[in-house]
Amino acid sequence: MSDKKNLVQKLESVNEYEREAIPKSKLKSWKSFVGTYAGEHTAGTEFVLGPLFVAHGASAIDLVSGLLIGNILAVLSWAYFTGKAATKTRHTLYFQLEKIAGSRFTMIYNLVNAVAFCFLAGAMITVAATAVGIPFDLAMPALDDTLPTSLGFVLTVFVVGAITTVIAMFGFNQVVKFANIAAPWMIMIFVAAAVAVLPRLGINSISDFWPVAQETIWSGVPLEGKTKFTFWHIMFFAWFCNMAMHIGMADMSILRYAKKWTAGFATSTGVFLGHYVAWLASGILYSLFLLESDGSLVFAPGPIAYEAVGIAGAICVIIAGWTTANPTLYRAGLAIQSINPNWKTWKVTLFVGLITTIAACFPALMMQLLDFVALYGLVLMPVGAVIFIDIFLLPKMGMRSNFAELTNRNFNPAVGITWLITLVFCLGLNLFVGVEIFFLGLPGWFVAVIIYIASSKIIQKNTPLPDIKNTSSKREVPVS
Amino acid sequence: MKAIIKLISFIALALNLIPAFLVFQGIISPDQCKTLMFIGTVLWFITAPMWMNKKSEEASS
Repeated sequence: MSDKKNLVQKLESVNEYEREAIPKSKLKSWKSFVGTYAGEHTAGTEFVLGPLFVAHGASAIDLVSGLLIGNILAVLSWAYFTGKAATKTRHTLYFQLEKIAGSRFTMIYNLVNAVAFCFLAGAMITVAATAVGIPFDLAMPALDDTLPTSLGFVLTVFVVGAITTVIAMFGFNQVVKFANIAAPWMIMIFVAAAVAVLPRLGINSISDFWPVAQETIWSGVPLEGKTKFTFWHIMFFAWFCNMAMHIGMADMSILRYAKKWTAGFATSTGVFLGHYVAWLASGILYSLFLLESDGSLVFAPGPIAYEAVGIAGAICVIIAGWTTANPTLYRAGLAIQSINPNWKTWKVTLFVGLITTIAACFPALMMQLLDFVALYGLVLMPVGAVIFIDIFLLPKMGMRSNFAELTNRNFNPAVGITWLITLVFCLGLNLFVGVEIFFLGLPGWFVAVIIYIASSKIIQKNTPLPDIKNTSSKREVPVS
Repeated sequence: MKAIIKLISFIALALNLIPAFLVFQGIISPDQCKTLMFIGTVLWFITAPMWMNKKSEEASS
């Protein structure tokens, strides 16, 4: 009984500063973020995305150069967009958005966001389940599977989902600890798995690598039914696969703990190990699988890693799934909790974990991960553009930031208009001009910026605003 | 004591990487590599929590 009481007290005491600036004493050095990002981006998704580049017929030279440039752009986005905004305000994206757009808009946004996070975390639980199911000889899903493949697979997914949810319920510090421990080991496993199978691909010396890479691993020929990926697909995907996190500002929730905005550069550990080394490594493993299985459509990261390096590989797939699912569940919990701040974070996370686990039973999430990741970044991007412009540009243009808070409104029409028109514009480009989803983020961001500035100018001109002197005392003072 | 545990951790990490290169060179078999990597994994998860989290707590305080 006392144990139960202690557990509840411990859960109730998890304070993540959802509706206040992070106090100075709680700020973390950049080293904390190195582990967090390395763990988060060397993850279960890497076991899926690397192989999907192979399936989409990426050539070796396009992959190597596209990932290099795309990842550099992603790191710069994290530092100059998210890092600067997070350390200036010290708020979560959700709390900051409420000040700018109002509580009603934030509620809609949070629901969209939470659903996206649940699906992403769900895909990671599916990935982990493919490894947990190995000893039970479960039937693994294939590339074209959408529905649950067997009762055993569903039960496995529920066990993995339950453990992931319990870890996420204990808050950010537990996630940091877990990611810190697992990250260096996971990188070793990714690299080792790829190196150990090279002789089976006919690579017996370093000089053999590039010719085999061009002719066999990334041959440039897509699998049947898959579209062909060029340099531009790869570069934009590497840049925008985490668009929701950097340009979309979701990682304000993480980087608000940073002492300086330059902690955003700590993401380079994650993207260059996870979105470069790990994508290449998992692509090598999948190419070998295709070669030795005569092009089988079965797609299960767990057995592929197990075949390469044994039990350590299977454990890596499980833990890689966890280290992505945990922070994603944490973010989803924050998104839902901001709808009603009186809800306890751990109870919300428990609810979100259940929804996520149900979603994880459907392999379609994992198989369509490339398109889903691109779509969810795109949908959340306009709000990131709004936050960035509201914090840094509006005051310089003689306009006021945090419009909803200033005017006590629960809906800022400028933000609603920006979100709607930007997404309609992107949809139009896709449907009528044929621009693929991977390329929509860049023109969409500029459209969002122009519309938000123009609509804010019109709305603020026609709205009586309180004097700056009267409102400045109410403002929270940023720590840095 | 902490130094010894750290040393074991780094040996564990090496056990997860070096055997793969030995397979590539044809010095050990894939099965030997899998066994060594499993031992490295177990050692890592036993020893790393003894010093890694403590280090991050010091850095953040």
